[in-house]
Amino acid sequence: MAELTDLSLLEAAGALRAGAISSTELTRACLDRIEAIDGDVSAFLTVTEDLAMAQAEAADQQLRTRSDTPRPFVLGIPIAIKDVLCVEGVPTTCGSKILEGFRPPYTATSVTRLVEAGAVILGMANTDEFAMGSSTENSGYGVSHNPWNLARVPGGSSGGSAAAVAARMCFAALGTDTGGSVRQPAAFCGVSGLKTSYGRVSRYGLIAYGSSLDTVGGMARNVADLAPIFSLMAGHDPLDSTSVADAVPEIHLNGADLSKLRIGVPKEYFIEGLQPEVETAVRAAIEAFREMGAAVREISLPHTDLALPVYYIIAPAEASANLARYDGVRYGPRLGPGLYPEDYFVTRGELFGAEVKRRIMLGTYALSAGYYDAYYGQAQKVRTLIKGDFEAAFQEVDLIACPVTPTTAFGIGAHGDDPLSMYLEDVFTLPANLAGIPGLSFPVGFDSEGLPIGMQFMAPHLGEAQLFSAAHAYQAATSWHTGWPEL
Amino acid sequence: MTRFEPVIGLEVHAELLTQSKMFCGCAVVDPTFAEPNSSVCEICTGMPGTLPVINQRAVEFALRVALALNCSIAETSVFARKNYFYPDLPKGFQISQYDLPLATNGWIEIQDASGAPSTKRVRIRRVHLEEDTGKLLHHEQHSLVDYNRSGVPLLEIVSEPDLLSVYQARQYSLALRSLLRYLEVNSGDLQKGVLRFEANVSVRPTGSEELGTRTEIKNLNSFRALSRAVEYEIDRQTALLRSGKPVVQNTVGWDEGRQVTVPQRSKEEAHDYRYLPEPDLPPLHVEAAWVDRVRAALPELPAAKRSRFMTEYGLSAYAAGVLTADRPVADYYEAAVESAVESENETLPLKIANWLSSDLFGLLNEADIEIDQSNVTSEALVRLVSMVENGRISAASGKTVLEVLFKEGGSPESIVEERGLAQLEDQASIRPIVDQVLSDNPDQLAEYLAGKAALSEWFLGQIMRATQGKADPAAARAELDAALLDLDEIQSSR
Amino acid sequence: MALTIEEVRAIARLARLQLTAEEEERFASQLSDVLDYAARLREVDTSEIPPTASVLPMSAPLRPDEVRPCLPREQLLASAPDSEGGLFRVPRVLELEP
Ligand SMILES: [Zn+2]
Repeated sequence: MAELTDLSLLEAAGALRAGAISSTELTRACLDRIEAIDGDVSAFLTVTEDLAMAQAEAADQQLRTRSDTPRPFVLGIPIAIKDVLCVEGVPTTCGSKILEGFRPPYTATSVTRLVEAGAVILGMANTDEFAMGSSTENSGYGVSHNPWNLARVPGGSSGGSAAAVAARMCFAALGTDTGGSVRQPAAFCGVSGLKTSYGRVSRYGLIAYGSSLDTVGGMARNVADLAPIFSLMAGHDPLDSTSVADAVPEIHLNGADLSKLRIGVPKEYFIEGLQPEVETAVRAAIEAFREMGAAVREISLPHTDLALPVYYIIAPAEASANLARYDGVRYGPRLGPGLYPEDYFVTRGELFGAEVKRRIMLGTYALSAGYYDAYYGQAQKVRTLIKGDFEAAFQEVDLIACPVTPTTAFGIGAHGDDPLSMYLEDVFTLPANLAGIPGLSFPVGFDSEGLPIGMQFMAPHLGEAQLFSAAHAYQAATSWHTGWPEL
Repeated sequence: MTRFEPVIGLEVHAELLTQSKMFCGCAVVDPTFAEPNSSVCEICTGMPGTLPVINQRAVEFALRVALALNCSIAETSVFARKNYFYPDLPKGFQISQYDLPLATNGWIEIQDASGAPSTKRVRIRRVHLEEDTGKLLHHEQHSLVDYNRSGVPLLEIVSEPDLLSVYQARQYSLALRSLLRYLEVNSGDLQKGVLRFEANVSVRPTGSEELGTRTEIKNLNSFRALSRAVEYEIDRQTALLRSGKPVVQNTVGWDEGRQVTVPQRSKEEAHDYRYLPEPDLPPLHVEAAWVDRVRAALPELPAAKRSRFMTEYGLSAYAAGVLTADRPVADYYEAAVESAVESENETLPLKIANWLSSDLFGLLNEADIEIDQSNVTSEALVRLVSMVENGRISAASGKTVLEVLFKEGGSPESIVEERGLAQLEDQASIRPIVDQVLSDNPDQLAEYLAGKAALSEWFLGQIMRATQGKADPAAARAELDAALLDLDEIQSSR
Repeated sequence: MALTIEEVRAIARLARLQLTAEEEERFASQLSDVLDYAARLREVDTSEIPPTASVLPMSAPLRPDEVRPCLPREQLLASAPDSEGGLFRVPRVLELEP
């Protein structure tokens, strides 16, 4: 047998069920690999070795016990958690100094559901501070590196999760996606990443950034591996008032009839600035779908160019309120002269990073007296138009196919101190968040430097099943997802 | 000299008597007994990642109040974040309602002048739901934060500036308190801070239609503070205007110790609350059927009860007001009248009202307890009043019986029996006492017989004293007169 | 539109952020860039368009009024920078309640 860490999640699950391997062995293999290579990648902020081994032993117990009910695929499978999802007793920092030392007294619903199904938690994966960023360079605890080229960013904000999956330190990882934070790093790292529909997976325990946009998602080495993660996490949660009551569809990976599939290709997503190799690879992948029987047509999402300004008003506005609780009273460090309200200013001024402060300022401004209507109010209205674009498009097509990012992974430090140019990295991923629809990013090629290229499918709200079957059909016919970086 | 009149609007914050908090399952606890931070969780302390879920009963209680205040209920209302920093506010924002509140445009009737039957209608601008904050305890060098109160459902009731005197402001606040207690949504216990007031006060030349510059008085936690603070502000503003100085719009606090208002911040540094719709809560839809159910289940409200008591029981406006201010009192009174229904004495309801509002209230106040904690059942009170009315005991004895009942409970009849308080009505029992008094006071008797007729009153007093008030005064007088007449005749026949 | 240093200071004050002079300068220019970029939103005619606060066409779910177990106080205070006798300890708060 090859290295245990080279198995896919479903292969490992099969081996566990067959008794060929134990979860303890599998978990130990992951921990060893983290030990060996994470010094170079820096995907993890915290490795929960003791917790992981205890969970692995519990999983092995279960695996040894005869059971008539089918075992969850994740039973005994080591996974990583983006460090914005609360795990009881485990340092959860959001990549921020302001949450240093915070150990939540409760666990996020999405994580709980996986843990209850027997998943093993290896640790907390690096993220841009409070998920604000596209590179993990904004983490308060150092940048993560792209396993395909350590001088490149892994993307962000769920960069640690993507890097950990790509570097085979875990079999899957949870991420969150507010403006592309699962799909973009998945594309940069050559893994498959799912952004779920807004309301599909509970946000309870997801430390909020932009509450009307935040979603929990997952990353794995292929689309099939993502299916059990999605199926377990999804579903109504009474603790989240925005969690939908709709039943979670069964994911049928095989036997999709692509001849009935209508794919729309939005012309607004093939713009100046799109790296030619990315366009070529994405168009080739779309062509592959046509060859497999799908009907492909060009569509228009006319308000696409407004998504970025809408996002960069709405998300910071919500963030400015969401991040008001970090005041050094109940958790996290407190700095300052020991006076009120000076300590508030010093604590927040010193412990938030530059990008977080910028977005808090932007959001505070957009909500302040005299500016609300011009910025926040107007952004909410334009959001309606963007959502309407998708609703109209999905009258005619089942899925929308487009690039995930304008370029492949950029170099660490490439955007310097130019936030606006960094924001432009999210231009293809933001619209799905504004519309609340699901998106799936999967590898469709490499550029001349050997960096992965991703394509995304978007589906109507709650249309995850369609994403899975189409993307899986592609992966069944191609092998872009099977390679991995040498480390 | 120009005369000025005040214009007052009140914002009332009322905690709702739900079992659990507004957005989490923590118990709503009595702050006087609960250990600090003993009823808190990750949600009401604003831990990262937590989310609110609305308490249905809080909405229902709010609907009760809004309907009782004759408001229109919004089919869709929206929760909003009110952003400001303060250590007792764990999320850095308060979940409240802003441009789309639960209810708007209502009114309540208040008594306009003391004892008068005339009423004034005060318009209610809005009623909305929000969450309470935690509590700060201040020390010399530091402050301590307790989040037990954080997240307790809070109802904000905002009046239009319709109140034109301190008296009206007080009547309005009393009427609201009474209403909230009737609806069983708030204990009305101001000392525990479950009901708090903020007053917007301005003055203007009498007759003017325009509103003057207003100040907002925060943190008024008693009716007394409300009246005093509003009065102070009216005087202060009037004095300013009289001397030609402008009133500065600002927020002031009431300094209980010094009995003055203190400026907190002026308009320039006013807070910018940066309201935004709460993204963690979809809009609240209240179905018409739900509103109808709540409306149908509303109890008879104080104003309606007051007028019914006046017409049905012949009570004065004042007495009806007193007996309907509190639902337990009104219920007690009605139960009493109900149990007296057999009586042919049509004035009994009136008499019961007197005994209740003067004598029993006095005892309740003294003992500082509520009527439903008292030993005196409504039935016992009726039997007691009936005994006084039919002359079985004297009014004075009645008070004694009530005191015993209040202290020890039991039945009024057995107390009368045990203590021998029944009136001496028959000649046989009174005559010997009359004879005794006359023979014990030969000097006074001699004077009487010599023509000092006024002494008969003195003798009557001696008799009443000798019987410890048990003698029926009419019967005693008859016996005394008879005895004196006898003596008179004996003397003249000599 | 360019934000002035004074505006940046006012926003930072509202947001309770202490900024260095260098940060004030930098944020003034960076935030101005973003706001300039966002200015294109104002060119869109939205007079007939309702705002989208949430993408979900749902009504807020209501929870039965039931008491659930609270958090043990030790757990609540475990991450606090300072506490005393079961309460969170903060510098003496002088300003009255906002
Ligand atoms: Zn709670």
